[in-house]
Amino acid sequence: MRRAHFKFSWIVPLLLAPQLLVIFTFFYWPSAQALYWAFTLEQPWGGGNTWVGFENFRKVLSDPYYWGSVRVSVIYALATTVLAMGMALTLALFVDRQLAGYRVWRVGIIWPYAVAAPAVGLAFQFVFNPGAGIFSFINTLAPGWWDLSKYPWQAVTAIVIAGAWKQVAYSFIFFLAALQSIPRSLTEAAAMDGARPLRRMLDLQLPLLTPTFFFLLVINITDSFTDSFGIVDTLTGGGPFRATDLMVYKIYSDGFRGFDYSGAAAQSIILMCLVMALTFIQFRYIERRVHYT
Amino acid sequence: MIERTPVLNIATHVILAFGLVLILVPIWLAFVAATHDLQAVNSAPVEFWPGDQLIPNLTEAWAQSDFGQKFVNSFIVAIGVVVGKITLACITAFALVFFQFRGRVVIFWAIFITLMLPLEVRIVPTYAVAANALSPFQTIMDWTGISWLLNTLSGVEVSLEWNLLNSYTGLILPLVATATGTFLYRQFFLTIPDELVEAARMDGAGPLRFLWDILIPLSKTNIAALATIMFVYAWNQYLWPLLVVTDRANYGMVVVQLSDLVPDQLTTGGGTPTWHLAMAATLVVMLPPILIVILMQRWFVRGLINTDK
Repeated sequence: MRRAHFKFSWIVPLLLAPQLLVIFTFFYWPSAQALYWAFTLEQPWGGGNTWVGFENFRKVLSDPYYWGSVRVSVIYALATTVLAMGMALTLALFVDRQLAGYRVWRVGIIWPYAVAAPAVGLAFQFVFNPGAGIFSFINTLAPGWWDLSKYPWQAVTAIVIAGAWKQVAYSFIFFLAALQSIPRSLTEAAAMDGARPLRRMLDLQLPLLTPTFFFLLVINITDSFTDSFGIVDTLTGGGPFRATDLMVYKIYSDGFRGFDYSGAAAQSIILMCLVMALTFIQFRYIERRVHYT
Repeated sequence: MIERTPVLNIATHVILAFGLVLILVPIWLAFVAATHDLQAVNSAPVEFWPGDQLIPNLTEAWAQSDFGQKFVNSFIVAIGVVVGKITLACITAFALVFFQFRGRVVIFWAIFITLMLPLEVRIVPTYAVAANALSPFQTIMDWTGISWLLNTLSGVEVSLEWNLLNSYTGLILPLVATATGTFLYRQFFLTIPDELVEAARMDGAGPLRFLWDILIPLSKTNIAALATIMFVYAWNQYLWPLLVVTDRANYGMVVVQLSDLVPDQLTTGGGTPTWHLAMAATLVVMLPPILIVILMQRWFVRGLINTDK
């Protein structure tokens, strides 16, 4: 940290107090509470919580539905990340050539960032609807072949496409910014050596994007764990047969519909550890190892 | 640098056009659905061109979902989050960057860690806190024996209660409780040259005057960037308002209303799904944040890249 300029005075606690109070009440306390619930079990007729050690975790981890949820969350995370980043990278590389219409292309790709997840889910539910949307056409050819509410793989495909659609803009913004921060002199030197634009994309721009690439990889995976609730809730509702019961969605339904606070808390703790591990990897390894400037 | 690459230029435009079509198709279809009536929307070959029912559909969807009050609520919450976050971020970062005191690093990390766990991950216990925002303090007082002490000394039973369910405060405060903006501000404050601070101090400015007269005017772009990001973030909240607000008529937000519009067996009672109304409502709900992102594009992009989430 840099040199401070003012001596400590009564102003400092006043300036810090609001943020610390809010964080304590709505961040640290709930996180601690989740820990407490995860290791205790509420008694059925009142009488408080009793300590049960790792019992809640054992129960969660031996539940086949939970592993189903983990499996589909991982599939969702990887598939949306690959799709969204692949598309964002391609578009960013070509938008960065700054041909005529550059601004139009850029706005056209950025705006989906502002669309709320449940709105994305609802729009895609219409698009994928077997009776009304684009797929009703398929169903006139092969009746009953496409139905999200019947076939698990179709429901998973649908949330993956909706999730990827929502993520493209974010990755695009970062890729484009990284591309634009590549020094002009490098590009010009490569051009003088005879590298044509496509060659420069592969041998100059892509390698220089590595730090951004890994940063986005972690952010996208983390987001897919946490940001998927709205899409799942309006698009599939976790079904059919729990095929799209992503981890956050399961925490919500177990906690608020099943009133199983201890089980939901144990799941929250597992998810917290996962998200923290990913963030840690990002700060600790990726930021340090992949650095060119 | 001038290069002649006619073939590649055409290819570039083709690829970009293709990408843009992929992005636009779902929203275009939603828009088209919102311009047709019930029969046309549910007829088998999907419509690709708009009809003439947009205005009637919008009016009906608006009335059906009672969007008037909900738009007001969404704006109140979004603006509350924007103002709260910017204020907190600014003063916290100011204290952390410009003052020397013990525990500076500890407090910095305590705030930094909040970036790690989004609200969705700790949703169940946060909800419990919102049911009584003073419960943490009550528990602490019970544990440390302060309640017992007060009880024996004055005979007053200590029971703190502040229910945040169904209130704007309950919608806003937990959304403010992260460090996103604090880091944007910290990074900005770190770029302020030492000479500027020295000059201000020589002219007799105290810390608060320095903050108000020099730092805040300098951080206008910061404010614009943060405001855009936070507005979109708050407007698009779904899970939290879904839980905290049970009194939808008075405190419902527009995005949450979408959950009632999913045309499934529950809402239509086995009848024909009212896609045209659902899509009209979706368009209305999406519009404000999209407009803000497009209008504030420059600041928004810069802010997003600097906060790194």
